[in-house]
Amino acid sequence: MSAVAVAAAEVAAAEPAALAVEGLTTQIRIAGRWFDAVRDVGFEVHRRETLALVGESGCGKSLTALSIMGLLPSGVGRIAAGRITVDAVDMTAADEAGRQAMRGDRIGMIFQEPMTSLNPVLPVGFQIAEALIEHKGLSRREAKKRALALMELVRIPAAGQRLDAYPHQFSGGMRQRVMIAIALACSPKVLIADEPTTALDVTIQAQVLALLADLQAREGLAVLLITHNLGVVASVADRVMVMYGGDVVESAPVKAFFGRPTHPYSEALLAAMPRVDRPSDALAPIPGQVPVLPDMPAGCRYQSRCPLRIERCAERPPLNPLPGAPEHRVRCWVRAP
Amino acid sequence: MSAAAGATAAAAPAPSAAVAAPSAWKRATRSGGLAVGVVLVAAMVLVALLAPWIAPYDPDEQDVIMKLEGPAAGHWFGTDAFGRDVLSRVIWGARVSLFVGSVATLAGILVGTVVGIVSGYYGGLVDKLITALTDILLSFPQLIMGLILVAVLGPTMFNLILAIAITAVPAFVRVARGSTLAMKERDFVDACRALGFSDLRIMFLHVLPNIMDEVVVMGSLWLAAAIRTESTLAFIGLGVPPPTATWGGIIREGFDNLLDAPWLSVFPSLAILLVMIALNLVGDGLRDATDPRAPQ
Repeated sequence: MSAVAVAAAEVAAAEPAALAVEGLTTQIRIAGRWFDAVRDVGFEVHRRETLALVGESGCGKSLTALSIMGLLPSGVGRIAAGRITVDAVDMTAADEAGRQAMRGDRIGMIFQEPMTSLNPVLPVGFQIAEALIEHKGLSRREAKKRALALMELVRIPAAGQRLDAYPHQFSGGMRQRVMIAIALACSPKVLIADEPTTALDVTIQAQVLALLADLQAREGLAVLLITHNLGVVASVADRVMVMYGGDVVESAPVKAFFGRPTHPYSEALLAAMPRVDRPSDALAPIPGQVPVLPDMPAGCRYQSRCPLRIERCAERPPLNPLPGAPEHRVRCWVRAP
Repeated sequence: MSAAAGATAAAAPAPSAAVAAPSAWKRATRSGGLAVGVVLVAAMVLVALLAPWIAPYDPDEQDVIMKLEGPAAGHWFGTDAFGRDVLSRVIWGARVSLFVGSVATLAGILVGTVVGIVSGYYGGLVDKLITALTDILLSFPQLIMGLILVAVLGPTMFNLILAIAITAVPAFVRVARGSTLAMKERDFVDACRALGFSDLRIMFLHVLPNIMDEVVVMGSLWLAAAIRTESTLAFIGLGVPPPTATWGGIIREGFDNLLDAPWLSVFPSLAILLVMIALNLVGDGLRDATDPRAPQ
């Protein structure tokens, strides 16, 4: 991946980011009050680049994805501030029809559960073709031809015979390939993959990740990978962004992150990850859990579980670059004052 | 569904591309009730369609010499007070009863399903209003509702169909809305939104085929109810006006002579009974076929 990363970095200077998020604050309504579930999140993903969004459940990574897609449940979630630009189109300024036209066309999404994300009563070939009919105005016949090519692209064996098969006739890994084919049907610029391999067997996981990386290189996709699996991050991501309680707490190139995880939460995450080169009793769970939104502490949100807590943590730390590593930024008074 | 499909695949070395169809088919035909029901319904539809050719007499032709004759070789079901052939009248009556029943049910399914899907999909205030209205309409017994409507609108065939359709709508609204609510939470609907599909496409191309099975099952049972309502309305004189032969109407005409010529009422009653049994067999069979958890 490193050669690609370098290439991506070179391209980055030349062309605008495929996906740019600036100062995104997303709120959720709980018992009639609005709480910041995503706070002032900003990042860019360029073509051919993979940004991994990491964090445990409830840290705001999926909400960030939904905000980008413009799929926040109305009345429950809203974007309170910030700007989201996809392929030079301002999603936050667009109306619902404009966002709808972007979704599935210029921005694709893959979901966690391949078993339930396909419509059980429609043939997979049609489901792949559908986005092409809706967005590109292709006729059914043309779209079906493209669907066949896409099924071959995601390496579904005997694609010609399975065009008219139904989802239940596919295994989990094959269904995730179908989902990828659907997401890529209209050749989007940006792909959001929300835990794309979590529901799959480890061997299938590796195949699907390899396929994604291959397609990314071929299509020049900008990928936002949402995951809590640091092993996946290490193998496919170019950059890592760790989120906690809706805050970005650390953002770094993947090598720098695994070489020098700096935020206490990142350290704890890595210590809680099973590794073959360490005995399993070396696993260190993070005590406690993410506080629910109404109970979030003011200032640094990790302070309630942080061993390094100081008085200043009551004040929200900025995302500061580490000395000598401008791309490695950490939100912590102790580690990056 | 897939578990059963898997079991079938394991039992037979069938090509993996077509394992679901036979298992649903097997479930459908297992009890035999569905097959019997379908054959009976098909036979009756055929009789109704072919009435001009298979009815031995003109249903309205009077023959004063042959009035109130019992079942015999010339008139299998006997003749009525005007000397009309009861068999021919029952055969022609099937036309009206089946036509009114099926058109009314289809209209009810069409309107009810669309309203139900829209209501369940969008939710909110509109959904609350529709649900409240549905509850109110459903609290009236179907017959009373049909009675009021026909009494107000007047007894013509169109009004009859309209009245019965209106009584059927809320039942289908409820079924479609409930199923849509369940479907809306499914991941594939979110996936559709993420693909930028319009609400219209999601509702009628993705949700509708998923709830069709329940609607069809309800439809076959409501068809029976619609035919029953039509017959009952005809019996109390609010059906298609005479001399057109309808099952309920024939029963009513025979009512005056029930003690000395019971065949007048008995044969059309048997026809209604047969349709009810057939449609309920179809409905139960379809329900078993679409519900993998149904008892084996």
